[in-house]
Amino acid sequence: MANVSKEELLHIARLADLNINYEEIDNYLANLQDILNFAEVVNNANTEGLEETIGENDKVNVFRKDEIKVFEDNKALLQNAKEQERNMFKIPKVIQ
Amino acid sequence: MLKSKREICLKYQKLYNKMMGGILVDITNLTVHELMEKLGNNELTSEEITKAYVDRINDKEKDVNAFVTTLCDEALEKAKKIDEKRKSGDIKSNLAGIPIGIKDNLCTKGVKTTCSSRMLEDFIAPYDATVVENLNNEDLIDLGKLNMDEFAMGASTEYSYFKKTSNPWNLKRVPGGSSGGSAAAVAAELVPWALGSDTGGSIRQPASFCGVVGLKPTYGLVSRYGLVAFASSLDQIGPITKDVTDAAILLNLIAGHDERDTTSYDMPKKDYTKALKGDVKGLKIGIPKEYFGEGINEEVKEKLEEAIETYKKLGAEVEEISLDIAKYALATYYIIACAEASSNLGRFDGIRYGHRAENFSNLKELYRNSRSEGFGAEVKRRIILGTYVLSSGYYDAYYKKAQQVRTLVKREFDKAFEKYDVLLTPTSPTVAFEMGTRSNNPLEMYLADICTVSVNIAGLPGISIPCGVNSENMPIGMQLIGNKFEEEKILNAAYAFEKEYRFRDKFRPSFGK
Repeated sequence: MANVSKEELLHIARLADLNINYEEIDNYLANLQDILNFAEVVNNANTEGLEETIGENDKVNVFRKDEIKVFEDNKALLQNAKEQERNMFKIPKVIQ
Repeated sequence: MLKSKREICLKYQKLYNKMMGGILVDITNLTVHELMEKLGNNELTSEEITKAYVDRINDKEKDVNAFVTTLCDEALEKAKKIDEKRKSGDIKSNLAGIPIGIKDNLCTKGVKTTCSSRMLEDFIAPYDATVVENLNNEDLIDLGKLNMDEFAMGASTEYSYFKKTSNPWNLKRVPGGSSGGSAAAVAAELVPWALGSDTGGSIRQPASFCGVVGLKPTYGLVSRYGLVAFASSLDQIGPITKDVTDAAILLNLIAGHDERDTTSYDMPKKDYTKALKGDVKGLKIGIPKEYFGEGINEEVKEKLEEAIETYKKLGAEVEEISLDIAKYALATYYIIACAEASSNLGRFDGIRYGHRAENFSNLKELYRNSRSEGFGAEVKRRIILGTYVLSSGYYDAYYKKAQQVRTLVKREFDKAFEKYDVLLTPTSPTVAFEMGTRSNNPLEMYLADICTVSVNIAGLPGISIPCGVNSENMPIGMQLIGNKFEEEKILNAAYAFEKEYRFRDKFRPSFGK
């Protein structure tokens, strides 16, 4: 049985850059416990000595020519930014 | 001057045809291959076809709520241009001028692509997805962007930030998900066909719930470039259509190598319509018994058994088999899918695009507040689960173990396909359920995917076609699974059943004309 504490949940949420409100904690915790308990069935599978499958075509390495391709529509790239300045994304000051 | 008799006759003949055409031909009821034929022999123009769909959308969309964005004016304008091009002989394909609907997680240049999320509420894609580019190259007409579960996470389309889509067979029920808008729009004849995406059943399950055809291609057959990523090792784009022939035609359009998606497979182009022979004599069909056991609704089972009898009658060799991994598949899927989602959705930070919180005092808070406001509860739930199974201390027990089980799943399918051409299962354990009955219980919602997820885990192709309705006139879907890149076999098997059973001639959504 998975046993996740409130502190652990809040730690995970912080790692994922999500806030969880005080009144939401119990609900998220219950859901997470439920799903993890359900997911534990994988431990019944005999996987001794088995490799992990990471992707579908993971045996293949795909190369392409190292050529620069210019995406010309810079304006379109920036159009979705909430704040921009001189063709750049603007963020709050990081170094005080 | 009196016109010659011939001239007068011709004039009236044309007028007569037009009148009778208007009365007899119900445009939105036609399949795409029928529309193509009528476009080809000048019985219909693209403008007439597009207008019929626009009228239908104006009339019925308010009941179905399949669209996030409609592009009716743009569609009509494009249709006129294509008709002119066709008149002057300057047309590239017989698909030119056919309308289509596109799931709202596929980037469309200059048009909103929201993923049905508050996070991307006003996001305008700066480029087209490869599949959208393919459609544009053939001069198809985009009627709009279709509703879905937020970021494709869900099985009912109830997790859309914008609206709940109704099932045209019963407006109180869900259309399935996550491509619920696509399936409902095709079933309600708001679009002739649509594109969806499938990570764990998101094309096949809504197709099953809405009584239409849904194909999830082999992983790597269709480029994912421009598809907003949910779980990159599982996602595939595919067609949702009225019949199997249309699915083959649309697959022809979207399949193919693309250097912008490194997982896209480099192989010669095929014409999938050529596979539709309708003959299944000697075809070896395996029936995995685990998919007919506990939890599968009795009426669903009954219709599937009838379908199996039909295949036997048509000369297929049917045998029961055991897929021992079925019991691990759903858990494996949710561990892997959520892990990948937690990583993929890390890009939404409120800086370059997406929702940005108004209140923050530093950069970290900007990220956190934007993400917390922008994502809905189910998306957050999955990000948290994914982050948990990837975090140190739990990685081995969940994520690594699931990746090993994934190898097991693939091996089991490999073994099955040494002996069988296709595997046959229900698409979903139940018919479409009532709205609101599962949306508060995530685990119960996940169970809707139990028959479909293993296909994604193993990267195989799967198709869902309708095989009957239950006592409440709700459609039931049958899933045919093929070996990698053997779309032809499942398409032909599906086609043979469709031709014999004639679902579209027998059953209609209660949501009528």
